[in-house]
Amino acid sequence: MGRDVIISVRDLRNQFGTQVVHDHLDLDIYRGEVLGIVGGSGTGKSVLLRTILGINKARAGSIEIFGKARHEMTPAEERAVERRWGVLFQDGALFSSLTVAQNIQVALKEHLHMSQKLMDEIAAIKIGLVGLPPEAGPKFPSELSGGMRKRAGLARALALDPEIVFLDEPTAGLDPIGASAFDELIKNLQATLGLTVFMVTHDLDSLYAICDRIAVLAEKKVLVTGTIGDMMTQEHPWIREYFHGPRGRAAMAAKSAPPKA
Amino acid sequence: MVGEAQAWLDVSEDASSLMLRPKGDWVVRHAAAIERALQTVDTIGRRSATFDLSDLRRLDTAGAWLIYRTERSFEQAGAAVTMAGATPAQSTLLNAVAKSDRPAKIEPHIGNLFVNLVVRIGDAVDEGFRTGCDLVGFFGLVLETLAKTIVNPLRLRVTSTVYHMEQTGFDAVPIVSLISFLIGAVLAYQGSEQLARFGGEVFTVNLVAVSFLREIGILLTAIMVAGRSGSAFTAQIGSMKLREEIDAMRTLGLDPMEVLVLPRVIALLVMMPILGFIAAMMGLLGGGLVVWTELEMSPAMYIERLKDAVDIWDAGVAFIKAPVFGLAIAMIGCFEGLKVEGSAESVGQRTTASVVEGIFTVIVLDALFSIMFVKLGI
Repeated sequence: MGRDVIISVRDLRNQFGTQVVHDHLDLDIYRGEVLGIVGGSGTGKSVLLRTILGINKARAGSIEIFGKARHEMTPAEERAVERRWGVLFQDGALFSSLTVAQNIQVALKEHLHMSQKLMDEIAAIKIGLVGLPPEAGPKFPSELSGGMRKRAGLARALALDPEIVFLDEPTAGLDPIGASAFDELIKNLQATLGLTVFMVTHDLDSLYAICDRIAVLAEKKVLVTGTIGDMMTQEHPWIREYFHGPRGRAAMAAKSAPPKA
Repeated sequence: MVGEAQAWLDVSEDASSLMLRPKGDWVVRHAAAIERALQTVDTIGRRSATFDLSDLRRLDTAGAWLIYRTERSFEQAGAAVTMAGATPAQSTLLNAVAKSDRPAKIEPHIGNLFVNLVVRIGDAVDEGFRTGCDLVGFFGLVLETLAKTIVNPLRLRVTSTVYHMEQTGFDAVPIVSLISFLIGAVLAYQGSEQLARFGGEVFTVNLVAVSFLREIGILLTAIMVAGRSGSAFTAQIGSMKLREEIDAMRTLGLDPMEVLVLPRVIALLVMMPILGFIAAMMGLLGGGLVVWTELEMSPAMYIERLKDAVDIWDAGVAFIKAPVFGLAIAMIGCFEGLKVEGSAESVGQRTTASVVEGIFTVIVLDALFSIMFVKLGI
């Protein structure tokens, strides 16, 4: 794997009132990897995601995106960066007044001037890429199941062919079959499109199945990063509990068991 | 190329074969330019075509789609297409795009315009009728719950009721007062102008007093409360319904009618006459101020004339109407809130419906009251 850093977070501090969520947090995201962020409830996984995205303003520290510090960017540069990433929010966050296909076209319409025909074709391709049936195109988000909404959200995140996608608990709320299908989809898309994936997750199966590297958030910082193998040898009590607990063992067993024919 | 790398296409040809060389960044940002470049390529009458991708710097799904689309139209025209120079990653992408080539519809199906119009009218009539029936049913339910609570007063949620009294009554006093004061002043001002034409300025007092005590005071209050509190009830109960809080209540053996609806209904039932009274007083005050400054009638004189102009029933009428209006507004607000389902959009629609139905019902009831009072001679 190339060690080309595309996002680097240094000395980040996030604070709400008197409650400090992050303090001296450092994190690097390398090009082409699938990075899983884990941590207990309230350790600020989503806050970290939102801070990198610029939705949440950090109290201190620097975030460098595609080699440029966020706080030095002009608004135009920020817009340009925003076009290079895609975000899948927890429940898709699709615009409820637009159909799935129109949701995908929002960014295309806003940022690029292309013919309606080409836009329709691109929307159709994205619908196909995320494994939705073509009939889903003219449907409204309220007519879709949770799993389909996530796929549609992912299609919208991929609309501008981003270099990096941020996924906020992509498999939460899906049944096990849907969740592993979604893992498979992310893995395939990552390989096909050469994506970098930043994934906040609680799903141990996802961690085993698709993450190249895992970053553990605890004690207000990124405690350790490493492969799933590295995690198994960690001595920190929370990490031991997380990866050696009954669910962790079950997920490991599922991974190491030979695939069914 | 200067500056940022662009996308372009080199085309070279001999008798029957065509060589296409995509160059630069074939990415979504340049998709429109690429599409224009590809449109100049004539697919008709070719035997074969070759895509040479070796000079391509970057390729994404949009670029891959455009290449695949051109390839497809060559093949449909009967030409053999070869791909050369693609990196493994580019081949994977081209294959993935080819696999996803299934046209999807973009917009929802829209039927015949005339049929849609008829269907909408029919739906609206049906919906109106159903709402009317359901509202009568809901009214019955409210009365039943009220009766149960009267039999067993300990069941009344006192804290909640008082809280809603404060929200809908006490907190509404400033705005209701201000509006009534202003309308009272306007009414007196306009009235005195008109009455002066036949020398009856003194009757401005009668105009303000009777209209404010009997009609305007309470009607203004009802409209304000429908906009302020009826909508709040719908939004509060509606968002609870969305978050399944109402279902949770039922599973815990709590009756939403008792917990949510009754405190709000009682709050408005009690607060409406008080607000109506305040509105009437503020209207008289506004009118009195104008009468004092414009007609130079002293406050003492104004009060004297007020005593002559009104009898007890003018005030009594408003006190009869007020609780009924309050009941109607609270009931419609809660009823619409409980009808919320699906999305946040539904909360908005129901809130609008609640305000419109609330004001409409109040005005219809007011008309019925007028007829009744005339027949009764009060």
